[in-house]
Amino acid sequence: MPDAAALKTDRYAAPVQAPKIVGDKVNVFYGAKQALFEVSIPILQNQVTALIGPSGCGKSTFLRCLNRMNDVIPGCRVEGRIMLDGEDIYARSVDVVQLRARVGMVFQKPNPFPKSIYENVAYGARIHGLASNKTELDEIVETSLRKAGLWKEVQDRLASSGTGLSGGQQQRLCIARAIAVSPEVILMDEPCSALDPIATATIEELMDELRKNFTMVIVTHSMQQAARVSQKTAFFHLGKMIEYGDTPTIFTPPKEERTPAYITGRFG
Amino acid sequence: MAVVEVNLPASRGFGTTSRIGRARRAEAIFIGTGVVATSIGVITLIALLGGLLHDGWPRLTTDFFFSFPSRRAGQAGILSAWVGSMLVVFVCAAVAVPVGVAAGLYLEEYASRNWFADIVEINVNNLAGVPSIVFGLLALGLFIYGLGLGQSVATAGLTLALLILPIVIVTTREAIRAVPGSIREAAYGVGATKWQVTKDHVLPYASPGIATGVIIGLSRAIGETAPLVMIGALSFIAFLPTPPVSGEFPFISFQWLLDPFTVLPIQMFNWVSRPDPAFQANAAAAGLVLLVLTLLMNAFAIWFRIRMRRKIRW
Repeated sequence: MPDAAALKTDRYAAPVQAPKIVGDKVNVFYGAKQALFEVSIPILQNQVTALIGPSGCGKSTFLRCLNRMNDVIPGCRVEGRIMLDGEDIYARSVDVVQLRARVGMVFQKPNPFPKSIYENVAYGARIHGLASNKTELDEIVETSLRKAGLWKEVQDRLASSGTGLSGGQQQRLCIARAIAVSPEVILMDEPCSALDPIATATIEELMDELRKNFTMVIVTHSMQQAARVSQKTAFFHLGKMIEYGDTPTIFTPPKEERTPAYITGRFG
Repeated sequence: MAVVEVNLPASRGFGTTSRIGRARRAEAIFIGTGVVATSIGVITLIALLGGLLHDGWPRLTTDFFFSFPSRRAGQAGILSAWVGSMLVVFVCAAVAVPVGVAAGLYLEEYASRNWFADIVEINVNNLAGVPSIVFGLLALGLFIYGLGLGQSVATAGLTLALLILPIVIVTTREAIRAVPGSIREAAYGVGATKWQVTKDHVLPYASPGIATGVIIGLSRAIGETAPLVMIGALSFIAFLPTPPVSGEFPFISFQWLLDPFTVLPIQMFNWVSRPDPAFQANAAAAGLVLLVLTLLMNAFAIWFRIRMRRKIRW
């Protein structure tokens, strides 16, 4: 249970604005099995929205709907609408490749390409033609690595393999790789679950920094992490979204009886 | 400081019980069996090499490599045979590698899982077990009578390509399956198209495994005899195919593809079937060359795999 006093409300004050993403009655099916039921949720710009809930509650499924990563899973079907800047990302006119360039993703297990650190970051920028020459590409790589807080550690070994880094560094490399494509939203699927506490703390600090430039959605198993990094929290249970609200509100007196049961560890 | 009293439990002892003793004996028996089983393979290879060396070594002169076959055993050489083997394997690789890798990639990455994919899968796996002489029969009907390619380098190369295609497809698919799904997700996550994921990630990371399969296939192709007998490879060829490059316009010629040929195993077969024992020595020498060629190809495969693995660090 996070210390309520530590959650300073001013951190969570955001100007009133249209949400960056709106999930509107989203249903997801894996074959005949329904994984998500009528999930409706706003994702606000330049905020970190945490999706929490016990294993198998559908939070990762929902996250993967936001950049249509579920498309590659055979038998997966999505109903309802997910609006990014007011446009339905499941509309037929949407090119999923373009969508993923706008909505980047960081995965649970660090998954750098078995290539050099430089190539890892440059890859996305290169396939989207974001740089017209080597100098521009170098710039993108450096800026992205700086934003991911990794530049100082790797600047003199950009040519060495990305997989030779430590787990925490690999995950920040993956963040840099996502940033290099200049996305508007970054999705993180339990980004710290494979990391030690120190690497986790580094990534959490980074998230607070990143939300100045990006809208962030994070799936996490750790209540403390949700409380530390997010401004909005959505609680999922058995494929339904049970409660959504400002993080301090969710963690202090949750309105719904199942939420406190979960966040205090009675089930999950 | 308080004194901590320690109550030691009675020790059960560390002596060997009869149960452990039995287990140890069983292990010893297995190790013995394993050593014998392993030695059979190694000893066979050594005996084979030794026999061939004993019979064929005196014949392994420069002349042997640069002479055409002859009615006199002492003057006969393997020039047309090894050049033929090289050309046939080259044609075989040029066809089997792109076709096999493309088929493997398509089946693994693109084809949807349905009854059609299942049928193709069963077919490919069964094809790998079809006797090579049957491929010879197919080639006789298809390439010689159907396409009119004649008893040529092209026919032989295409036949062997068909023969090793299942090997190349199956190893390609295995190599592709070994590329972790998380890498594909990572590439999709930055907005790569399926083709970009395949060409920039899956294929390069699978290439050491694919190369291994290709070399295994080609080593099999270079030693194949039966299908080539079927399509009528000649065993007495006293000339080389037309050179692919010439000094005159248009400089490059593909005539060699349609020239008759022989290959090392056929040349060997021909020599072995002669009564004169001097030809047996020739056969042994040719066998030695073939064996060394195969070993060299395998060595190359290992070297290539190590080199590629060093580049790709998981």
